[in-house]
Amino acid sequence: MAAHSSLLSVFKIINPRWNGPLGNSVKIFGTTFTNHRNKTTLTPPPAKYGGRHTVTLIPGDGIGPELLSHVKEVFRFSCVPVDFEVVQVNSAMESEDDIMDAITAIRRNGVALKGNIETKHTLPPSVKSRNNVLRTTLDLYANVMHCQSLPGVQTRHKDIDIMIIRENTEGEYSSLEHESVPGVVECLKIITRNNSLRIADYAFQLAREKGRSRVTAVHKANIMKLGDGLFLQCCREVASGYPDITFDSMIVDNTTMQLVSKPQQFDVMVMPNLYGNVVSNVCAGLVGGPGLVPGANYGQDYAVFETATRNTGKSIAGKNIANPTAMLLASCMMLDHLKLYNYATLIRNAVLTTMNETRLHTADLGGQGTTLEVVQSVMRVIQSKGQLTAEF
Amino acid sequence: MAAALRRSFSPFVKGLGASRWQQLASRQLSLSPGLCGSESPLARADAIFKVTMIPGDGVGPELMTAVKDVFKAGDIPVEFEEFHLSEVQHMASEDKLDHVLSSMKNNKVAIKGKIHTPMEYKGELASYEMKLRRKLDLFANVVHVNSLPGYSTRHNNLDLVIIREQTEGEYSSLEHESVPGVIECLKIITRDKSRRIAKFAFDYATKKGRSKVTAVHKANIMKLADGLFLQSCAEVAQLYPKIKYENIIIDNCCMQLVQNPYQFDVLVMPNLYGNIIDNLAAGLVGGAGVVPGESYSAEYAVFETGARHPFAQAVGRNIANPTAMLLSSANMLKHLNVLVLMVVCGSMFVYLCTPQVRTRDLGGYSTTGDFVHAVVENLRHRPAH
Repeated sequence: MAAHSSLLSVFKIINPRWNGPLGNSVKIFGTTFTNHRNKTTLTPPPAKYGGRHTVTLIPGDGIGPELLSHVKEVFRFSCVPVDFEVVQVNSAMESEDDIMDAITAIRRNGVALKGNIETKHTLPPSVKSRNNVLRTTLDLYANVMHCQSLPGVQTRHKDIDIMIIRENTEGEYSSLEHESVPGVVECLKIITRNNSLRIADYAFQLAREKGRSRVTAVHKANIMKLGDGLFLQCCREVASGYPDITFDSMIVDNTTMQLVSKPQQFDVMVMPNLYGNVVSNVCAGLVGGPGLVPGANYGQDYAVFETATRNTGKSIAGKNIANPTAMLLASCMMLDHLKLYNYATLIRNAVLTTMNETRLHTADLGGQGTTLEVVQSVMRVIQSKGQLTAEF
Repeated sequence: MAAALRRSFSPFVKGLGASRWQQLASRQLSLSPGLCGSESPLARADAIFKVTMIPGDGVGPELMTAVKDVFKAGDIPVEFEEFHLSEVQHMASEDKLDHVLSSMKNNKVAIKGKIHTPMEYKGELASYEMKLRRKLDLFANVVHVNSLPGYSTRHNNLDLVIIREQTEGEYSSLEHESVPGVIECLKIITRDKSRRIAKFAFDYATKKGRSKVTAVHKANIMKLADGLFLQSCAEVAQLYPKIKYENIIIDNCCMQLVQNPYQFDVLVMPNLYGNIIDNLAAGLVGGAGVVPGESYSAEYAVFETGARHPFAQAVGRNIANPTAMLLSSANMLKHLNVLVLMVVCGSMFVYLCTPQVRTRDLGGYSTTGDFVHAVVENLRHRPAH
């Protein structure tokens, strides 16, 4: 293998035009050939100068813009060394230029914070979901969501602490559909060995890092024997490399039933795309609603942070009743990713302290508080900690 | 009143594409970890920023005194930690350098004068300035060449940014005498550092809303070295489709700068060309006394003059122009985001280039002291907030 790769490297030096036919096979041999390959896949150095990071901000639609402006305000107030590069994406337009600009901006900066971009059903089906395009182009293969019961929020279930890792790029969301015969539509669900191994490995690595003891794979392999069967097999293979972590599997219908009756039994869950969508929304509902849980999309080189349930919230946009908690906690996850742990803990503690005050709960938690009140309370808590703030 | 101003700023903050004032009001702070977590419940009294100060050689100490006077008059909450590092005055040693470095690592922001490098070879090829730059990895030097309003030169309304890679290139300090009478001096160009400086240049252009980045090189002669630099710039340029990318050979660039400097917007180049172009461009707008500059690494920012000269002939004669250093200190306050009105003061320094207070290099008869006095008076009588 080593001799073969050195021979290939000699060929590369002599005749750099061999990129075409050898392109795909060269990938397996490692990263030595990256410099000779397509230059648009260049991973640039991080955008951090003079101690300040630059992060792409995509406001999106619905409640996205107002919540992200609250995040900007809190950052400015707590003197967080992050500058935002705002990229607008217009969901009403049919051309893909906007989202391609946003993707290039994320490639430049490495990290992004986004609101949800609406996918209008009135546009022709050739217009793909912008969020999906973003996730697949940047290969953000893992969607991580941490559902925890918050002490200040009253829910029917208590002591929930589940991490959900969802495969983000393939499965039912491959956007491959066709009408082979009039009146008959075929929708392709793609499961690949590579991606399944990758997501299973990510799940076990994360479980080990966070000191978790159990990983549950969620599937429907009794029906989709080959598709979900492959997924399950890959999870089992990866599990054999992590003897300290228990691995079990559960069919998705049983999973959802167990989640609503006894959610405390779950620890870390890994699953393909659609089941992930369903299970993550169920868990978000268990801990208090879509306004409380942040989510992160991780790829090899890029990370994009947003709310876990990806709601546009068009009906509550502009009314000052949206819950900013999810977006603020997502921004804390972003700060953790940028290694600004001090600021992350500061803002997170402030948000959790504010959540304990029932009179500040927004409409989705059954209270009457407004978004602005919650944000101002967060800022007050930050100031009371004695930190240096922008207001003297 | 300041609080009311800020409250009125916040609705503007939410709007995108805000004007310059509102952008400044919304900029965040960079904070050194040493300032976190004070014991007292009120944060007000502890809101003092610590900045490392290295006066340097020549007129450096006089310029630093000017900065300190102006800051005191403006009640600016900045505290300076001074270090006298100088090779010429034999006050430089590895220990001193280590002290300076640890102070910098704490404070993250510094203001410095030029540390002169003597011509004689005393056994060390790398000067203390180069050592400082390498240890802190201050890879990018930004010189913003702006025509001063109120002072006309042969080229008016100039607005250039020159970005120079500061840690490698011809300044690698790698020389040897392989054969008696034959010296080899190595110019090092690496792909990583070239990509880094190219990305810095494009990111800077994006942040400041610039439209064009021009790479300056001599790749027709140094085909591999400058060729690599050019290739790295072209690769990085693909990530910025909204910014125009061009390149120009250094000899043509110098000629174009003196004939038609308005064609350039942001220039990016390796070390030695940067040195030359910085000084050339400074000369176009009024000389070394009026152009501020800053150096960035991923973590640290150092503020200094654009064209770095110790100006030893002027020591003690009170004739040096403090404009460059004062503008640079205003940029430092912008970086620290102390208060919006500091930017007002920064712009006020420029307006003081009225003929009554011009120093000798701009054709007037004022002394440094007079100029600083005028700035201080202007600060004291600013509109009350």
